[in-house]
Amino acid sequence: MNAIIFSAVLGVVMMFSGIILRSKSAVTTTAIVSLLVLLLANIFNIYDVFSIHIDTRGLLHFNKFGLFFNTILIAATLIFVLLSGKDIEKAGANVSDYYALIFFVLCGTSILTSFNGLLMLFLGIEIMTIPLYILTGADKRNLKSNEASLKYFLMGCFSTGIMLMGIALVYGATGSFSLNVAASSPASAGMPVSSFLQMAGLILLFVSMCFKVSAAPFHFWTPDVYDGAPSVFTSFMATIVKAGGFFAFLNLFESNAQLLGATWKLLMSFVIIATLLIGNITAVFQQSIKRMMAYSSIAQAGFMLFALYSFNDMAKEGILLYAVAYCLATIGFFSVLIKVKDYTFDGFNGLAKTQPVIAFSATVFLMSLAGIPLTAGFFAKYYMLASVVKSGGSLWIVVVAVLFAAISVYYYFKVIQAMYFKEGQPETHEITGRFKTGLVLVAAAVILVGVLPSIVLNWFYF
Amino acid sequence: MTALLLILIPLAAGLVSFAMKQDSAAKTISLLASVVTLALALAAVATPSAIVYDVAWLNDLGSRFTLKMDGLSKLLALLTAVAYPLIFVAIHRNEYKKTASFYGLMLLAQAGLMGVFLAADVLLFYFFWELALIPVYFLSSIWGGEKRIAVTFKFFVYTFLGSLLMLAGILLVYFQTADHSFAMKAFYEVQLSGAQQTVAFWLFFIAFAIKMPIFPLHTWQPDAYEQSPTATTMVLSGIMVKMGLFAVVRWLLPVFPQATVQFGNLIMILSIIGMLYASLIAIRQDDIKRLIAYSSIAHIGLMCAALFSGSKSGTEGAMIQMFSHGVNVIGMWIIADQLEQKLGTRKLSEMGGLAQKAPAMAVLLVVMALANIALPLTNAFIGEFLMFSGIFQHNMWMAVAALISIILAAVYTLNMVQKVIYGSLSPASSTAVDISGNVKLALIIIAVMIIVFGVFPQPMIELTRDTVAGLFVKK
Repeated sequence: MNAIIFSAVLGVVMMFSGIILRSKSAVTTTAIVSLLVLLLANIFNIYDVFSIHIDTRGLLHFNKFGLFFNTILIAATLIFVLLSGKDIEKAGANVSDYYALIFFVLCGTSILTSFNGLLMLFLGIEIMTIPLYILTGADKRNLKSNEASLKYFLMGCFSTGIMLMGIALVYGATGSFSLNVAASSPASAGMPVSSFLQMAGLILLFVSMCFKVSAAPFHFWTPDVYDGAPSVFTSFMATIVKAGGFFAFLNLFESNAQLLGATWKLLMSFVIIATLLIGNITAVFQQSIKRMMAYSSIAQAGFMLFALYSFNDMAKEGILLYAVAYCLATIGFFSVLIKVKDYTFDGFNGLAKTQPVIAFSATVFLMSLAGIPLTAGFFAKYYMLASVVKSGGSLWIVVVAVLFAAISVYYYFKVIQAMYFKEGQPETHEITGRFKTGLVLVAAAVILVGVLPSIVLNWFYF
Repeated sequence: MTALLLILIPLAAGLVSFAMKQDSAAKTISLLASVVTLALALAAVATPSAIVYDVAWLNDLGSRFTLKMDGLSKLLALLTAVAYPLIFVAIHRNEYKKTASFYGLMLLAQAGLMGVFLAADVLLFYFFWELALIPVYFLSSIWGGEKRIAVTFKFFVYTFLGSLLMLAGILLVYFQTADHSFAMKAFYEVQLSGAQQTVAFWLFFIAFAIKMPIFPLHTWQPDAYEQSPTATTMVLSGIMVKMGLFAVVRWLLPVFPQATVQFGNLIMILSIIGMLYASLIAIRQDDIKRLIAYSSIAHIGLMCAALFSGSKSGTEGAMIQMFSHGVNVIGMWIIADQLEQKLGTRKLSEMGGLAQKAPAMAVLLVVMALANIALPLTNAFIGEFLMFSGIFQHNMWMAVAALISIILAAVYTLNMVQKVIYGSLSPASSTAVDISGNVKLALIIIAVMIIVFGVFPQPMIELTRDTVAGLFVKK
């Protein structure tokens, strides 16, 4: 409960900090301190010290898995603000508002990592996405940013509508908002059994969740929104928000997937392969690195979806590791991308010569995204694939996935090629020593998790 | 501990080398580190029993950081350790931009290669398998020829795809092991159904075949060898392709015995097709680097065919040949590098009469060339002899087909020698000077090794004995 309360309160604090604090950097510092407080509050919650208990009548349910996942998201936000705080200040005029919105998003993810009923799922999703519509449009005078915001808003509303319809159908069928649709059997509630309504409701929920995590074929909004939003916020959306969405997706279907029986695996296979295919193949043809990263985030989502395919311990451990690996690498890489003025591949030409430290860190991030051993991304992918084999799933889907992973090397390494093997004078924004230190630390973390993934997982096991 | 140091020393020296401001310091450190590694490898070879190093790593996954040096590992670790000082001596006077990084990456590649040869845990093996590739990718892409970026990238994607398929295969076997472990022992004892063996066998073999390379997965190789800086090509063709052959012995034959028997013939036929095909193309080559590249495909094909022949002598011969070919081909590449530097061309048609200008190089080239066609009394002879006898035991017609490639090897190798050193002095050769002292030293060491092991191959045969015995006990 700590994280939900603290994130909401701190969000309000951040909102007013703009009135009191004159300088933008002071606002950033406040945000960093507040994030630390939030992080601590959530960690206390895991160990059950200083934790606030409120009887929510079973609407919320706090377990270690969810709390730990939320810790990852808050920590990732902290790293994001530490690395890109200066760029958030530049995104527009109302810095304190952006931070406030970021806290409200975290409030949403805190609900999404603990919801125990469809009603809370809906609340969490809405609290998480509404601030994002605003953040996407933060660059008010930029037409692309406005377009992205509107597009995101309209599509988001549409998918929320689908979700509500799904919830309504499930409620109609079972008479309950309980997460475990199967357990709340219609018969026991003294209502006529209507498995058709139940099924239709679940499918609608599935569609809307696919939409939120940009899984194909419901991914169409992603490239435009990610491309149009100010780059700092793209980084935030592509990592923390997406991971939060995934957790909700996993949590929602963990007990309900069996209702669909064998159809579930078939459905997931289709969605996974479509997502991998569209994400990877389209990313290959992009000219702008930012847009490439948007498609890459779709491709990465394809891998995360394996957790929903297999639903076993390994999948749960894997999604944790994936969240860590993916957030670190993507936040790290975006923070570099923001510093470079030209987002085309040519804009990175020769970066290794002018900014060796930055180029090296970026290489580590890209390798992690590509899943090369010794980086966190390898074990993330490894766990996902292993969970499929362990669950007795067919090997062919693993083989297809690795084929796509090999394709992903193509576009990630194109950036490395530009940085190291091509001549050029890349124009960059001001790069401070502090930024470099932070970036190297994140890169070191990526490698550390890549060598000893047990660091993350033992935390989960305790 | 020796096993660990064989990896750690190149790794540490490589990282130190990156930080060096002066080029000469980087060169000295690299050479020193490679000599120390060589001393350690010799010490390891002198140890009669297997050397094991084992610490906990990923307990949750059932993977441990286990290094084990049996005969074959020792032999290939020795090859890696011998090759590096030779390469460093031979390229000592070459100019590379960003020298410190070049040497640093070379040493990192050595650390990765050592890891591949020593790992006794599949996951660890997979790690090193990939890690050896990354430094080479950077080496070839930064310091290579004109088309380096595209060519190296093709090489990288090819091998990366292979290793990912292997990963899928590893997962398949892993979940069948009794206690869900990646240990070598667990993999050797795993019970797989026929279908599982078939699938996993091919997933593994494709990875190894790309690395070796085996026809028809070889298309990356000539381009990569040609475009890489020659020092890197030495690592690639001298040591790195042995990764594929080594992996077959270590992870394929013992883990999938039935599938090996089932598909052995098919793989042998592919290998032999590759041998003949590569030899024929080599005859038509005008570029000396491409000629050596194709000749290398032919040699590797023979080793692969011998490994799948299922005979003791064939397997033994292939193992010995891994070492001999590694040494010899590095000698060939050193010569190719020198020719390119001295003459400013790699085209055989523009060479000629070099014996008049550079007698030392000419003599050493002839020695390397004779070893390349496996003449008796050179180190390659014993290995090829054993391999042919192994293939012959398996199937006479395959042996006959493979033997044709030996004749073809003589054709292109001697043709090359003739074009380079005999005939009238070409304009390119007229200004050439003989090789400098450091190159001479490296080539003479190689020549000595060629002759010593040619006359006295017993130590190598002894060394591989335990690995061969292990393979055939299992069956």
